[in-house]
Amino acid sequence: MDPIAAKYIGAGIACIGMGGAGVGVGAIFGHYLAAALRNPSAAQSQFGNLIFGFAVTEALGIFSLLIALLLLFAL
Amino acid sequence: MADPIHQFQISKIYTLGTIGGHEIAFTNSALFMGLAVTGIAALMVGATASRSLVPGRFQSLAEMSYEFVADMIRSTAGPDGMRFFPFVFSLFMFILFLNMLGMFPLGGFTVTSHIVITAALALLVFLTVIIYGLWHNGLRFFKLFVPSGIPIVIMPLIVLIEIMSFISRPISHSVRLFANMLAGHITLKVFAGFIVMLGAYGIGGWIGAILPLALTVALTALELLVAFLQAYVFAILTCIYLNDAVHPGH
Repeated sequence: MDPIAAKYIGAGIACIGMGGAGVGVGAIFGHYLAAALRNPSAAQSQFGNLIFGFAVTEALGIFSLLIALLLLFAL
Repeated sequence: MADPIHQFQISKIYTLGTIGGHEIAFTNSALFMGLAVTGIAALMVGATASRSLVPGRFQSLAEMSYEFVADMIRSTAGPDGMRFFPFVFSLFMFILFLNMLGMFPLGGFTVTSHIVITAALALLVFLTVIIYGLWHNGLRFFKLFVPSGIPIVIMPLIVLIEIMSFISRPISHSVRLFANMLAGHITLKVFAGFIVMLGAYGIGGWIGAILPLALTVALTALELLVAFLQAYVFAILTCIYLNDAVHPGH
């Protein structure tokens, strides 16, 4: 296979990983919302945990985006 | 299209000399680190120079950042962790200022988008945890790898997993900050490139460029949030890791 073509295909495949991060971020916010509606008084105290979980999960999606971008522009 | 990687290039500003054939130069990276340190020092010293009971704008900013980091340490590492307050506070403010300085358009340089910087910071935290943990707890520090209440049969497996996760900490710690800043800034530049490319197609292209322009504005707002969030995540992970050094054993 042409190495340039393989590079672009690889960048596309690497982006599939972002789907997993999307599922994870959705689960975090969905569960937070469900729990916050059950017990609104406790919701505010868990906001920090929500943002922390979001950032850690989102970072995994960023890792695969990083691989794709490096394949496209840097390597 | 303009190269979106170009913004991360390190350029020499002033050559100081050579050591062993390697050029030692004052670079734009060093300039922005200096700017960040100057900014933090000016904020913290200037805000607390004329202390008043009812704080003004800058004094409340300094007090808020103190309280923010102090609460973070107390809630994750307990009151014993407060001896690491200067360390965590410096890390948090340094990374926050570097990330925010990187958000400046036209010549802003993101120091934290280089793995060498974030890896150095993460290794600093990692070695602090090991050295302080061994010095403060002695061999009890290794209880960190042996969780209590685990059946003896699967203990070797658990210990192996705990050691692996401990060793991989500096990698994930540094790559998280580096990758977020790098990928975020490249995404911004790619979307900004769409506007220029569409603009070359005349009036129809200008109308089509409205969407990428709006997206670029929205992404800039998201990047500002990420710049703060990643400094926060780096600091809170530092606190969680330091908690292991202060209180080993689960």
